[in-house]
Amino acid sequence: MKILVCISHVPDTTSKINFTDGDTKFDPNGVQFVINPNDEFGLTRAMWFKEKQGASVHVINVGGPETEPTLRKALAIGADEAIRINTAATDGFSVAKQIASVVKEGGYDLVIAGRESIDYNGGMVPGMVAKLAGVNFVNTCIGIEVEGNKATAIREIDGGKETLKTSLPLVIGGQKGLVEESDLRIPNMRGIMQARTKPLNVKEPIDSNPETQTVSFEKPAPKGPVKLVDTVDELVELLHNEAKVI
Amino acid sequence: MSVLVYTESEEGKIKKIALEAVSYAKGIADKMGTTVTAVCINASDTSELGKYGASKILEVSNDKLSKFNAEAYADAIAQAAKNEGAKVIVVSSSANSKFLSPALAVNCEAGYVPNIIGLPESTSPFKVKHSVFTNKALALTEIKTEIKILGLGKNSYGLKENEVSASKESFSPNLDTHDFDMEIVSVDKATNKVTIADAEIVVSGGRGLKGPENWGMLEDLANTLGAATACSKPVSDMGWRPHSEHVGQTGKPVAANLYIAIGISGAIQHLAGINASKVKVVINNDPEAPFFKAADYGMVGDAFEIVPKLTEKLKEFKAQNA
Repeated sequence: MKILVCISHVPDTTSKINFTDGDTKFDPNGVQFVINPNDEFGLTRAMWFKEKQGASVHVINVGGPETEPTLRKALAIGADEAIRINTAATDGFSVAKQIASVVKEGGYDLVIAGRESIDYNGGMVPGMVAKLAGVNFVNTCIGIEVEGNKATAIREIDGGKETLKTSLPLVIGGQKGLVEESDLRIPNMRGIMQARTKPLNVKEPIDSNPETQTVSFEKPAPKGPVKLVDTVDELVELLHNEAKVI
Repeated sequence: MSVLVYTESEEGKIKKIALEAVSYAKGIADKMGTTVTAVCINASDTSELGKYGASKILEVSNDKLSKFNAEAYADAIAQAAKNEGAKVIVVSSSANSKFLSPALAVNCEAGYVPNIIGLPESTSPFKVKHSVFTNKALALTEIKTEIKILGLGKNSYGLKENEVSASKESFSPNLDTHDFDMEIVSVDKATNKVTIADAEIVVSGGRGLKGPENWGMLEDLANTLGAATACSKPVSDMGWRPHSEHVGQTGKPVAANLYIAIGISGAIQHLAGINASKVKVVINNDPEAPFFKAADYGMVGDAFEIVPKLTEKLKEFKAQNA
């Protein structure tokens, strides 16, 4: 089985978010970048398929050379090969188009992406990759088993979960549940050394026009200080008369 | 040329988020000088849609669509959009809408922007504001395609009544090209329980509650408020509560009217997932807990004393205001 894991290179959750150039660009200054958490759950599940079912695991990112340390980290965790599509990630559709082209060419059986990246929160790349590549798709996936070309996936729905049977090739938009937090792996020294010599192939992008373009960013207005109350009577009164939520 | 809105239903009943999506679609249609057409799939009663501004209702009734199938649903909606000549398609932020929208966007060659927080800033060029960086920032984005798909963030527009007379038509999409190679074999869903996705009020507990056996008081509070229960990540990691209740960055997002955090310190990953909620209340015995910086109202003290008192007070309040 050939698995492709989509890796988004995102600011760590604790990063301060700032913008430059008249609030038109994200400011990466002083920001620590990490593997998108939803993707990391998927990558770890891919390692399980590699170890238990002999799958080969490739990782892919659409972005400039600055994303390579993130791909190397994925290699250090255990992926066999990395692919970087050498173009700035402009909008979800353009990224999906690049990945879909690799999926079709590379004959991947299972594509694991995160349900959304924690930077732009679009949540559209996995579904668009599937549609563009003409393969099956399960979103908000919290469990995946593969037997031959049949797959059983568990999907989180509003208020519960459902189990789906489908077949490969398949794209999933994964999240926590694919593996648990405690299953996540910190690369060890051996992994880091091996990652240096694993292939990281840089591919030029195919033609694509962005469908959407962000013209400016802003930060929400700062929140006022918390109002501390001493009694539940006071709290209920405020929630009713001031906040008007009960 | 109308604005098309996908009005999601569950077991035949139109969902509340769908009515919010209709309200929003009506706001856009007014701005563009056109009307709203709603498309529903196997909904049994669509009479409420006119009240929120849908002038035309396309009713799809098809056994093949009796269970949700993202690709086939997306195709049905795309055909409805084509039929109507719609240039703007509005969807909600439910799990199912977020599942089908990317396929719908590819189908219609449409630019798609989710998590939208309000009416477009302008319709030519078409610019909308949406939340990014897990609610830490807002982006103004231009959609450049002829057809635009707008994913409305939950609880960001509200229900707005705007009664129009609605005509109903049945609509039969052609689904012959689908192989339906995706079969739902089982559904595990708590019945008679408010879900985090639908809840207006969410009551959430953290490690400060000390153990799963202490969740009774939290459930009492939630029941009194008609709220959903949720929990922080450590609580679900330790198995005190099911994963489906975990809210935060890697759990479920919450955009409720009221979020009550009990014994939750307020790690940044937790706050990222819940800060789209309108009003946040924190109850914690540690006045230094970071949640106090993010909350609107706070009580410093022992949750085991405060929560039962709060429930009693709310019962009284409900009885008086019933």
